Amino acid sequence: MSQTFFSFGIPPALIFIIGALFIPLLKGKLKSAYMLMLPVLAFLVLVIVPEGSNWIVRIVQYDLVLGKVDRLSRVFGYIFTIISFLAVLYAIKVEDNVQHVAGFMYAGAGLGVTFAGDLFTLYIFWELMAVASTFLILARKTQKAQSAAFRYIMVHIFGGLCLLAGIVIYIQETGSTEIVRLTLCSAGTWLIFIGVAVNAAIPPLHPWLQDAYPEATVTGAVFLSAFTTKSAVYVMARIYPGTELLIWLGALMTAIPIFYAVLENDIRRVLAYSLINQVGFMMCGVGIGSALAINGTVSHAFCHILYKALLFMSAGAVLQMTGKIRCTDLGGLYKTMPLTCLFCIVGAASISAFPMFSGFVSKSMIVSAAAHEKLAIVWLMLQFASAGVFHHAGIKVPFFTFFGHDSGIRAKEPPWNMLLAMGIAAFLCIFIGLYPAPLYKILPYPVHYEPFTAFHIVAQLQLLMFGALAFCLLILSGNYPAEMRAVNLDTDWFYRKGAKWIYVAADKALNGVNNACDRLFVKGVVGAAIRFFKDAPLKLTILLSRPFSPLEEGELKQRRFDEMISSMFTTGTIPIGVSAAAAIGVFVMLFFLL
Amino acid sequence: MKKEFAVFDKPENVKRFLRVFYVCLGVLILIDPFIHKHTEFPWEGAFGFFASYGFASCVLLIFIAKGLRIFLKKDEQYYDR
Repeated sequence: MSQTFFSFGIPPALIFIIGALFIPLLKGKLKSAYMLMLPVLAFLVLVIVPEGSNWIVRIVQYDLVLGKVDRLSRVFGYIFTIISFLAVLYAIKVEDNVQHVAGFMYAGAGLGVTFAGDLFTLYIFWELMAVASTFLILARKTQKAQSAAFRYIMVHIFGGLCLLAGIVIYIQETGSTEIVRLTLCSAGTWLIFIGVAVNAAIPPLHPWLQDAYPEATVTGAVFLSAFTTKSAVYVMARIYPGTELLIWLGALMTAIPIFYAVLENDIRRVLAYSLINQVGFMMCGVGIGSALAINGTVSHAFCHILYKALLFMSAGAVLQMTGKIRCTDLGGLYKTMPLTCLFCIVGAASISAFPMFSGFVSKSMIVSAAAHEKLAIVWLMLQFASAGVFHHAGIKVPFFTFFGHDSGIRAKEPPWNMLLAMGIAAFLCIFIGLYPAPLYKILPYPVHYEPFTAFHIVAQLQLLMFGALAFCLLILSGNYPAEMRAVNLDTDWFYRKGAKWIYVAADKALNGVNNACDRLFVKGVVGAAIRFFKDAPLKLTILLSRPFSPLEEGELKQRRFDEMISSMFTTGTIPIGVSAAAAIGVFVMLFFLL
Repeated sequence: MKKEFAVFDKPENVKRFLRVFYVCLGVLILIDPFIHKHTEFPWEGAFGFFASYGFASCVLLIFIAKGLRIFLKKDEQYYDR
């Protein structure tokens, strides 16, 4: 088995995970070169590995498949390794080894999920992804980040447990660990669905994302933006394609976050909301499930990972160079950070699906698939969300950061490695937007789709430009909601505030029961029993000995007699005759009783 | 000292930018009738449907968001208390 195990090299996931362990041992340029080499190596392995099940490890009676390669998993593998390379390049100057190791472990776990051929392998990498990613948030080392990381890991433990419970029930029912297409028909399949839905940030299970990602480190957020949600999209596309529920959840998911994004002040939180919105398009595509829709979903995931990472990189560059990330604190940065500004605009144009940018050639496939299936309401919701995403991610993010009012900040451009990573990502966004054929070629199904028709381009431009007109008119007329330092309530309220109330309620109720029990049993019943066993023999003795009192009558005398008896009891100096008489008395009693 | 790159500090540049923008909008509307439309839904073919839908969507988005703020907005320390 060992011969076949490595016949196509080391599994990409293990290249990352085992490779990560050596990072702390290296220094300087060697370390940088080594870190950049790992994703390249994983990419090359992906290119040569054939389709089918590879890298199988047999444990007890189950086969763990580390490399189920087909067209669907391979395209996710490609983009995950590409973005790892860019994220590592972006982070190469970070001194903190914890972040590097966590980043590689996290990305490796994402690759592990992608190529998992059985449910056990999927689960192991799923949990590793949750744990490793938490360190990317903790590494920010602020109080807020620590609290957010705690909430983040709790939510993911909940999701992971749902997944595990679902997997166990499913294996009980079917006896198979293979990852196959499922329908929502039993407790097991529902629990697996919920577990995956947590990572996909499907409302109402989404708030961990906008809570945690903006608190992550500058470079950590770039990693985070790529793997958790998109590996969940992949698993949904593999297990639940054509699930109607996903169409509606996806459509809602595109619409709800954009309202929050309009109100949000923190740039990276705006991006987190738009991330949820974009994953909504993908969920909708998975739900529709046709070849065009799945192609749209996969290509959109591919493009989205690039432009979302690009946007998080440019926002991160601003945060690193200015120390600020709120709309209210920023503005006018185009003067001193023109390249970052340009890259941000490319990312913004891509996410808005502007013609000639990457989002256009991928998102339109999903929207067209909805139209082909005659899903009128869904189609209208997706178009609404398309206009909305241009509004907040396309205009608001660059406008309030780089233009808007001049904040007076004169920050420099970030270091060359950050600019280069952003530059490459921006180049890929434009390249795919202009020439989508290479991307279309690696999609799961053959593509018969032409994005560049005149109608399509004009329709999209009208939708976006007139959305921009609304922004302009509202800004100029002062009707645009002002940016404010505030938090906006979301479903995380239920566990952030609600949990406190549950804690207080549990404290009052359970501790109340505890106190009552303490009073009744510990102090009451047990106390009475103790008093009984302690005092009963003495009292009995006094009662029985009174008729034999050698002293005369009278209350005072009587008391003295009682004291004498009790002092005998406490000091253990009862005359032998009394004990013997008592013993005989007991024997006599027993004789008559039995 | 290097001269600062600050094109949008001058109001006339902003005006020029907006003028170009409005011209683009005009062109997009004017060419609408001359485009061959392959539609799935009847309303897609209507004159300027996408323009009006995009505009209406964004206005609606802003005003609903503004309304939601009344219920959703809390001060930044809300969760720390």
